[in-house]
Amino acid sequence: MLKYIYKRLLVSIPVIIGITILSFLIMKLAPGDPLANFINPSISMEDLEKSRQALGLNDPVHIQYFKWIGEVLKGNFGYTYSGNHSISGLIMERLPNTVILTMSAFVLSFVVGIPVGVMGAVKKNTRVDYGLTLFSLFGVAIPSFFFGLLVIYVFSLILGIFPSGGMVNIRAGYTGFAYFTDVIHHLVLPAIVLSLGNIASVSRFTRSNMVDVLKEDYIRTAKAKGLKHKAIVYKHALRNALIPVVTIFGLSIPFLFSGAYITESIFNWPGMGQLGIRAIQDREYGIIMALNLITATLVLMGNLISDILYAIVDPRIRH
Amino acid sequence: MLVKKNSFYDYAYRRFRRNKLAIIGTALTIIFLFMALFAPILAPYGPSEFFFVEGQNVYNKYASPSIEHLLGTDSLGRDVFSRLLYGARVTMMVALLSVIISTVIGTFIGLVSGYYGKFVDAVFMRIVDIVISFPVLFLLISISTIMEPSIWIVIFAIGFVSWTKTARLVRGEVLRVKELDYISAANASGSSSLKIIFKHILPNILAPIMVQVTIGTAQAILMEASLSFLGVGVQQPTPSWGNMLMDAQKLLVLRDMPWVWIPPGMVTLLLVLAIYFVGDGLRDAFDPKQ
Repeated sequence: MLKYIYKRLLVSIPVIIGITILSFLIMKLAPGDPLANFINPSISMEDLEKSRQALGLNDPVHIQYFKWIGEVLKGNFGYTYSGNHSISGLIMERLPNTVILTMSAFVLSFVVGIPVGVMGAVKKNTRVDYGLTLFSLFGVAIPSFFFGLLVIYVFSLILGIFPSGGMVNIRAGYTGFAYFTDVIHHLVLPAIVLSLGNIASVSRFTRSNMVDVLKEDYIRTAKAKGLKHKAIVYKHALRNALIPVVTIFGLSIPFLFSGAYITESIFNWPGMGQLGIRAIQDREYGIIMALNLITATLVLMGNLISDILYAIVDPRIRH
Repeated sequence: MLVKKNSFYDYAYRRFRRNKLAIIGTALTIIFLFMALFAPILAPYGPSEFFFVEGQNVYNKYASPSIEHLLGTDSLGRDVFSRLLYGARVTMMVALLSVIISTVIGTFIGLVSGYYGKFVDAVFMRIVDIVISFPVLFLLISISTIMEPSIWIVIFAIGFVSWTKTARLVRGEVLRVKELDYISAANASGSSSLKIIFKHILPNILAPIMVQVTIGTAQAILMEASLSFLGVGVQQPTPSWGNMLMDAQKLLVLRDMPWVWIPPGMVTLLLVLAIYFVGDGLRDAFDPKQ
């Protein structure tokens, strides 16, 4: 087991180095001069050249990369072009909000997706199954921004049940428990929109695993022993069918982070995605690069954890 | 007849034909393709033709649906129905070309990786790991913000980020097929590697690649729509189904002008759903277990 984990960790090292190189290259390829803001008649070309030298902008690319990675390891992603805000500060401010949204969507996708998948498998080739399959295909096929807009249109503009955006009602100035419930109230719609696609893939995956498991000999044995249908489905079959679902844990993370970009911008949710969208509009390449790097690292860790989890629950994988 | 009788593809075709959803999906996809191809004939107006309020020098913007404008007009007084038809062209062209790019790259890397194994495989698979670590949308957005956004950048960006799935799939298939006896026979009879890869391996793994191409097309449509919706994809005035929805980010438009945003959203949903039906149908048809 430990050997497997070591091996898996070792393979991740070149990947993480590759991620930093790719992030760095994306930033280097971005048009624009970091000193463009300072070019004005009162500063001479020599002074500009001096500060260019001092900032290391004349260094060879690989030296720049090593200097940059040194700062990143200290948690310093540099400053924004406009306003000179610390990028790590901006991100840390928003990271918790994105985590709240993605984690809720994550929980929702498994809490809803697994039972839907099990139901489809148990009632295989009935109307219920076809209905659920159609629903999950629908969930994969609908553009998330269109679903988001539809949900806002129906639930906040027509029915007025949920707020159309934001994370908290600022004017009300809630504190304590009222603040908490207000956040939940704002969270419902974006969490549903963000999780829909994932619910669909979790349920499809669970269904096909469950269908395979229900064909196994030990299920027939259990039936022959006269066990109750429920006991067979939920005790014998489900346990084994859920093992591969662990792999989706890891796959969900990039999906949800990508989705957060769109969901947050539609619902004005003050998270990293919304920060990213603003960064695109303002051409803040530093922020885009930092978001790329942080997300890619989170994704890599997510995959690592789900691989290790998979190896723990299914000993066959280790060999 | 294109396929030989009683061949693998003949059986697959018969299985496919019995699948109702797959047939519905195929029919819908063909209808959309026709819409795209014949947009100039079918559309009552040009995609960027502005309409004015009668007798005044003001754009006839946000006109509700009428006989003249079947789906009303948008924020600049352009006919939504015509833009929808022309948008089909853009959306499908982006999807098809980017899928060709990702399939060629993915198949090539998968074949080489799977066939040669060892060091080549390790290097390529680490590259796949790196690209896969970036959420697709992040990478797409980074690429299309660095370059000046245009249809071609969108096509290349989507093609470039989505080859990884094909590469992994093809590699897995090659590993499976490589061990079969007929490959050993080809090896023993002195066929070159290239001949073995392209003549003996590739034709035998075409079925899963075809399924992946179908699903990939659907996903490319969704990616293009998301990018254009966020303003980093296909740019105005060129219509694409994604950028037609941009306007709905204003609550006023969302609430009072549903004809501006519901039609492009619905056609995107329908087309993607139709292609998924085809993809699922193909997968079942090619799967001999069924």
